[in-house]
Amino acid sequence: MNVMIVGVGGQGTLLTSRIIGKVALEGGYDVKISEVHGMAQRGGSVVTFVRFGESVSEPVVEENGADLLIAFEKLEAYRYAHYLKKDGILVVNDCRIDPMTVTIGAAEYPENIIEELQNGHTVYALNAETAAKTLGNSKVVNSIMLGKAARYMPFEKEKWLQAVKETVPQKTVELNEQAFLLGYGE
Amino acid sequence: MSEKKIMLGNEAIARGIWEAGAKVSSAYPGTPSTEISEFLATYEEVYAEWAPNEKVALEVAAGASIAGVRAVASMKHVGLNVASDPLYTLAYTGVNGGLVIVVADDPGIASSQNEQDTRMIARSTHLPVLEPADSQEAKDFISLAFEISEKYDTPVIFRTTTKLSHSQSIVALGERREIEDKEYERNAKKYVMMPANAIQRHKFVEERENKLAKEACAFSINRVEGEESEIGFITSGIAYQYVKEVFPKAKILKLGLVNPLPKQLIKEFINSVKRTVVVEELEPVIEEQIRAWGYAVDGKNLFTVQGEYNANMLKKAICGENNDGVAPKITPARPPILCSGCPHRAVFSVLNKLKIHASGDIGCYTLGAVAPLNVIDTCICMGSSVSGLHGIGKAKGDEFLKNWVAVIGDSTFLHTGINSLLNMVYNKAHGVVIILDNRTTGMTGHQDHPATGKTLKGEETYAVDFVALCKAIGVEDTVEINAFDVSALEEKLKATLGKQTLTVIVARAPCALLKGQKFPYYCTVEEEKCRHCNACMKIGCPAISKENGVIKINLAACNGCGLCQSYCKFNAIKKVER
Repeated sequence: MNVMIVGVGGQGTLLTSRIIGKVALEGGYDVKISEVHGMAQRGGSVVTFVRFGESVSEPVVEENGADLLIAFEKLEAYRYAHYLKKDGILVVNDCRIDPMTVTIGAAEYPENIIEELQNGHTVYALNAETAAKTLGNSKVVNSIMLGKAARYMPFEKEKWLQAVKETVPQKTVELNEQAFLLGYGE
Repeated sequence: MSEKKIMLGNEAIARGIWEAGAKVSSAYPGTPSTEISEFLATYEEVYAEWAPNEKVALEVAAGASIAGVRAVASMKHVGLNVASDPLYTLAYTGVNGGLVIVVADDPGIASSQNEQDTRMIARSTHLPVLEPADSQEAKDFISLAFEISEKYDTPVIFRTTTKLSHSQSIVALGERREIEDKEYERNAKKYVMMPANAIQRHKFVEERENKLAKEACAFSINRVEGEESEIGFITSGIAYQYVKEVFPKAKILKLGLVNPLPKQLIKEFINSVKRTVVVEELEPVIEEQIRAWGYAVDGKNLFTVQGEYNANMLKKAICGENNDGVAPKITPARPPILCSGCPHRAVFSVLNKLKIHASGDIGCYTLGAVAPLNVIDTCICMGSSVSGLHGIGKAKGDEFLKNWVAVIGDSTFLHTGINSLLNMVYNKAHGVVIILDNRTTGMTGHQDHPATGKTLKGEETYAVDFVALCKAIGVEDTVEINAFDVSALEEKLKATLGKQTLTVIVARAPCALLKGQKFPYYCTVEEEKCRHCNACMKIGCPAISKENGVIKINLAACNGCGLCQSYCKFNAIKKVER
């Protein structure tokens, strides 16, 4: 299975890909994760990949190759939608973060992104920021997104919760578990 | 069965260094190599440090090797340029304890200023190069690198690339082997490289390389795999994974040792297939050598010397297959930017206001080159901002220099900027040098350096005082200013630019991402006072945006630095306690 996670540098996409990788490893699969470090992390467009299966060679997912695209920001979903396979699934956070090109007026933020993406893809949209507020903490956006996306990966809920528990900081375990379940839909 | 773990390439390299019984490591941070040292620092048995630059790091590792222990220096590709002075001669001296130099190349320029190929330097230094293709090999090849180093009396280059260093794959862990320290014996003929000795050692270098090339034909890391096929592939490193992805059953000669090449093995392989394709990212290093032996192999006639490869690229070049997916949508670019609360933004806002050009350097602050700040004119290599400004001044004189400064980060200044400043003092230069002192090595993710007061292992140590240092080398007019005090900065610049003096301004404020650096308030716009002059938008802060004509500050993104407030003429921005 080919999973792609996109967002804006600093949104926590790296942690999400690592949790998916961990669950896939425990599930007995060969796993490869490709990450982005360095300059691109500074508020830029960030992409990570997780591939798992019987045997995985290439660490990246290519255009027209993703089974699941998890987008932490909708412009980034729009930017990378062509990476989805025809029957691929998009889980998108309905949140807008203006890139500097838009802020300074050099470009316009596209309108109706989600509607347009629904035309041709299976799209599950949620506003993870608003959902996070119901838990009283804006920092659990990535766990909510992971919970939503977990529905479309072949692993049981308990395995996910275990991986979340082992990956997030000790003090935030309970909060992140709640956030995961909120996204998961329980 | 040994424990299995999913590991970052760089984490696996660190694990390999530990398992191989190495005792000393020195490095300067640089993407994509940085995490090697950070992971190494967690192993008690290995002394690991940050050095001020890669030349120093390699010399430290060489000293440890000569003394008789296994030692490592790690760096990014351009770091090897800085370390190439010791490198070329260490190739002659050889080693006592094994010496491995881990070099991370950056095909695709994810976070660098060029995409040079370390194998080219290896060829001219006549040093062996090992190249792994996944995290398991990254760990396992390190032990092998030390064995080759000791057996053949040579430093060994361990080459990784961005995709390998920053990908995770499954690794079966091993245990640490305790390697007994070697005796140190004085041996001037081997370690004192004056002409008579160096001439003799150069003979040894040639013999060593020929011997290794012959014996490498039997190395298990140079292996033929796959079934009989029309096309045979010769490949190594991450490129091997792309070949496997497209041609899982093809006949492949996978090279683990990419310099020197195992000539006989390669010849036999080429003779066993109808057509040979060499798949290597960057330079045609393998291909050109094979062609020089008289074989017509395919390689760069199919592929570019630029960027990273991928499976689709191979499919298209070899099978003529196009990806039948949809075209990408047209979207506004999202380039990396300075973070909210970044002290560099404060300094750049003043330079932008005064319309000053900046001779720039390597670090987060290179991002000052893009809109809306647009203040950086040049970025070449570590330390070049200061010497570049000096050259500009000598070329065009004081009148031209009145619109110029040099900007250099704290870590970069200590890396190689200090020599350039010495040169300015010595050669009676005028000009203004700004040290952007954000108390850390920022771009690579917060590594300590000689002015932070902490070592790689987290111990307290002496912290260099930039003002005292610059004064001591002769820059009497050195002042420290809080980077967010934009009026003091402006005043100092106006007082010194164009004058026949040499000035250093240490613009100091910690990186906004350092732990505990968030200010205790956030900024907000009082809409009734806002005149929509857009002055606050000109500083390029990612927390500030305009929605339906109204300027908004995103509370979650605001760091509370108050720079926008400094530029609001109508007092429409106020600070609110968190």
